[in-house]
Amino acid sequence: MTPTLRRALCALVLAAFAWPARADQVQVAVAANFAGAAQKIAAQFEHDTGHAVKLSVGATGKFYAQIEAGAPFDVLLAADQSTPARLVAEGQAVPATLRTYAVGRLVLWSADPALVDARGEVLKSGRWKHLSVADAKLAPYGQAARQTLAALGLTGAVQPRLVTAESIGQALQFVQSGNAELGFVALGQVQPPDGSRVPGSMWLVPDNLYAPIRQDAVVLAASKASHAATQFVDYLASDKARAVIQAYGYR
Amino acid sequence: MNWADDLQAVTLTLELAAVVTVLLLALGLPLAWWLAHTHSRWKAPLAAFVALPLVLPPTVLGFYLLLLMGPHGWVGQATQALGLGLLPFSFAGLVIASMLYSMPFVVQPLQTAFEAIGARPLEAAATLRAGPWERFVHVALPLARRGVLTATVLGFAHTVGEFGVVLMIGGNIPGATRVISTQLYNHVESLEYPAAHRLAAVLLAFSFGVLLWVYRLRNNSTSIAATALDGAPRA
Repeated sequence: MTPTLRRALCALVLAAFAWPARADQVQVAVAANFAGAAQKIAAQFEHDTGHAVKLSVGATGKFYAQIEAGAPFDVLLAADQSTPARLVAEGQAVPATLRTYAVGRLVLWSADPALVDARGEVLKSGRWKHLSVADAKLAPYGQAARQTLAALGLTGAVQPRLVTAESIGQALQFVQSGNAELGFVALGQVQPPDGSRVPGSMWLVPDNLYAPIRQDAVVLAASKASHAATQFVDYLASDKARAVIQAYGYR
Repeated sequence: MNWADDLQAVTLTLELAAVVTVLLLALGLPLAWWLAHTHSRWKAPLAAFVALPLVLPPTVLGFYLLLLMGPHGWVGQATQALGLGLLPFSFAGLVIASMLYSMPFVVQPLQTAFEAIGARPLEAAATLRAGPWERFVHVALPLARRGVLTATVLGFAHTVGEFGVVLMIGGNIPGATRVISTQLYNHVESLEYPAAHRLAAVLLAFSFGVLLWVYRLRNNSTSIAATALDGAPRA
């Protein structure tokens, strides 16, 4: 073997070892309500770090069951705080990586541009038949909607006209299709990040009517790319990522 | 609280399945009879339409029903014009959606059974001056007995197990649209695994029990069908 060839081979072997250390693949399980923002942030993260990000979009409760069953995720971007906390308590997630990455904002929205007023007084009226909310047990936005109705003293009054969706996505679907005249949804769903406006009317529910909808991220203990995964979770707090998160209607 | 909720879901599911099965038999018997005997060019398109729910994902079916039955869909506009209001989020809406969804499970066994009878017993009955109605009730139905039984049980059981369609158009209202499968789904999603296991066990035991009963009955009824066959020409 000539010295040149030997050197070339060494370089190749070294490069082969060095490459995966620099560019890992991060498998991220992301709550459906955050999918749009996550895609943008993932693209920026890939560009800035050279790591690859693969997103799986779904419901937080399903991800929990899948993680229990050994699903190969590195990061969980949950829709709530309790699921990541539970994973940490069970030793299935890394405690030091737990952080709130977004705080959701609740709106009362209608596809009818004239229905919802700026103070949500429409809730007390008889001008609608169905109010769509996400299930309080399944979706943090559903819980926030319940808290809002309770704070307004309307729980009993609207109960017979309530339709319950399994997710915040379905809550919007019921309103968009016109089957429910109005519904409690996430601000990010009806305020596109490009600044355009979805036709309709809405009331941004004041913060003091419901507990903050905090969404937590955590790196999973079984991750084989924990370095890159931790980097991704840290990246969510960067100015670039924060700008995207706010554009999508979160705090 | 959980038990009462679960019980209400179970009762509602049984009510839904019973109503749907009766209506589907009323609709399915003439439809299957027609499909078994017609040479119309509409036979293939109609048979294909009936079979659609076998291949369409239930959530897709449910999504389009939600749009069709909504205030902007033509079904929704028709029901509103008739003063019936809108169908989504109501028991009546679930009945109609479930009928579409379980239709092939009722119509296909009936059609197969009617086709298996062949023309001879009916011709024989006709020579004995039995009219079309008598031939259907006294000859065809007893001969198609196994098909009717299979259709009834499959229609019922399939409606009990229905999930995707209900999830899309139900709105999860206790006592109106919250059935076993959606209640079970909610338990799983909210990580209430013990409650989910309990309800799943009930559903599993019920489904297995029903199917076991059908297969036992089907084995026994072979002889009943044979007797009916013997008796047919003499009828």
